[in-house]
Amino acid sequence: MPIIEAKNLTKVFGKNPKQALDHLGQGLSKEEILKKTGSTVGVNRASFTVEPGEIFVIMGLSGSGKSTLVRLINRLIEPTQGSILIDGQDLAKMDKKDLRQVRREKLGMVFQRFALFPNRTVLKNVEYGLEIQKVDPEKRTKKAHEALKLVGLEGYAEQKPEQLSGGMQQRVGLARALANDPEVLLMDEAFSALDPLIRKDMQDELIDLQSTMKKTIIFITHDLDEALRLGDRIALMKDGSIVQIGTPEEILMNPANDYVERFVEDVDRSKVLTAGHIMKRPETINIEKHGPRVALERMKEAGISSILVVDSKRNLKGYVTADDASEARKKEVRDLKEILQTDIKQVNKETSMQEIFNVINGSPVPVAVVENERLVGIIVRGAVIAALAGDSEVNLEHA
Amino acid sequence: MLKEWFTEGIPIAEGTEWVTDQITDIFAFLFDPIKEHFGNFMDFASETLMLVPPVVVMIIVALIAFFISGKKFGLAAFSVVGLWLIDNQGYWEHLISTFTLVLIASLLSVIIGVPIGILMAKSKTAEAIIKPILDFMQTMPAFVYLIPAVAFFGIGMVPGIFASLIFATPPTVRFTNLGIRQVSKELVEASEAFGSTGTQKLLKVELPMAKATIMAGINQTVMLALSMVVIASMIGAPGLGREVLSSLQRAQVGTGFVAGIGIVILAIIIDRFTQSANSKEQ
Repeated sequence: MPIIEAKNLTKVFGKNPKQALDHLGQGLSKEEILKKTGSTVGVNRASFTVEPGEIFVIMGLSGSGKSTLVRLINRLIEPTQGSILIDGQDLAKMDKKDLRQVRREKLGMVFQRFALFPNRTVLKNVEYGLEIQKVDPEKRTKKAHEALKLVGLEGYAEQKPEQLSGGMQQRVGLARALANDPEVLLMDEAFSALDPLIRKDMQDELIDLQSTMKKTIIFITHDLDEALRLGDRIALMKDGSIVQIGTPEEILMNPANDYVERFVEDVDRSKVLTAGHIMKRPETINIEKHGPRVALERMKEAGISSILVVDSKRNLKGYVTADDASEARKKEVRDLKEILQTDIKQVNKETSMQEIFNVINGSPVPVAVVENERLVGIIVRGAVIAALAGDSEVNLEHA
Repeated sequence: MLKEWFTEGIPIAEGTEWVTDQITDIFAFLFDPIKEHFGNFMDFASETLMLVPPVVVMIIVALIAFFISGKKFGLAAFSVVGLWLIDNQGYWEHLISTFTLVLIASLLSVIIGVPIGILMAKSKTAEAIIKPILDFMQTMPAFVYLIPAVAFFGIGMVPGIFASLIFATPPTVRFTNLGIRQVSKELVEASEAFGSTGTQKLLKVELPMAKATIMAGINQTVMLALSMVVIASMIGAPGLGREVLSSLQRAQVGTGFVAGIGIVILAIIIDRFTQSANSKEQ
């Protein structure tokens, strides 16, 4: 039996929801309804089920209604129509008291910007859910400590949230949700505000936690990589509607429509990323000014075994290796031209990753990125591999 | 009748007077005991305060000043010198009267203002109704409030308090409303998502988060109460204000100046005290 079941769940923002619902029934689009009635369709007849112990990811771009949908699940936003069953009980029909009880016992929530209470210590934050249930202080402190231990923050109980880093703050947010021991965790873009590296750690930890605690998790994200990493199943949203629900494989292999397909395309990074994305600032040496001694010094400083040689206009001339340079220094050769090698591989900024991969494979030295004969960057082998592996440190501003 | 309104003018003044008379008559059962008991209470409060020797007051004030300003001597020194100067000029009793008035008026303003502010923050309708009333209360010249105050409560401290209440409460109401509305939406959601009741949300999240803003409003309320207490001397409220007023009537520049300085000293001390009570909590 599913732990959560949404049927026809709809939210219309605005003064005239009834009319908008009628239009939705007639199959009008979100824009048409906005134009006709002035009402915004937040979520359009979403139906899905979530099985116990699964990580169900709802993903979509901003404005697709995913944050509204997650708030319909715990009724932070009142549904205009439809039902949301939790363990078979319809949340949409409950009175306030029963709703509170369900929120306290069954639903924990983690927020994008952490939403920690700044006036409370970490421990008191984690205790919050138990405190409002009037759990006896000793017991709740004990439970809060256990939750903090789960997320690896035992030593920080007496700190204020602002003293912690973003990643740690979100761990507190997670501990606060876990302290109540809810059946379902709602995570609204929980890792979106974190740095890429921390984010990855948190994703791994969440997977670990989930495999030991067997919680049901509904995870909202706009990041397909995150969705693919975490999700047992993924629901893709567009304009308030769910366009496809499936396992990561199903979504990647059989996109339901163009929208999903375009989304999924980005996953194959080798097609999307170009040299401009992954190049680094090159270490260079000027053939008109410098000799082998300086070349050697620079290489030593940067920890590299070869260095690119340019002229005063930064036109690429070739490269010298550390071995040749040190040989030349011993023989007191002054001119770089004597040891210059010119068999360097060149690409331009638009070259795709796939091509770079072929080029760099046979090359002992980094590949030079050249624009109008001028050197603009280099690509080292490590960067290519990292980018293909989905490392988000890739510099997308150059795109 | 309509025609008369155009030729003779709409009888707003007469109408207001009629309403005030009615209120005075109808609520006499309420106003009279307030006038009497509350008046007695005020007298008792200020007389009790006057029993405390000035030196003791100075020491207490200096100690509090020292600790709330983060163990710095500036405010403590200023308070001692200022209070000593007032005592030295023979205005100690007036100072205590004024202080009692400000204290009681501010306390009442806060007790009335904060709940109204909460109501405004919670209900759009309440906000739409109360906001224009607050604007009206604040733009009406303060002197005007003295007139119904006298009608309701006679002369003395009680009408002074009444007039300062009307004049000084709006900032507390406004800032409470503002402070609660400014609490981040995610925090409110967090508290709801964990199943807080409305009261728990208010007491555990909204009010603590809004505290700094509310305190700023209270600080303004206290300062307005102080300024109103001076104006209220015109209807017989005792204190430093009365000294200023009587020197004005007798054209005694010197006495007026000294009493004025007394008010300034009191204002600075009160202002710093309420402000640092706020910043300390940050």
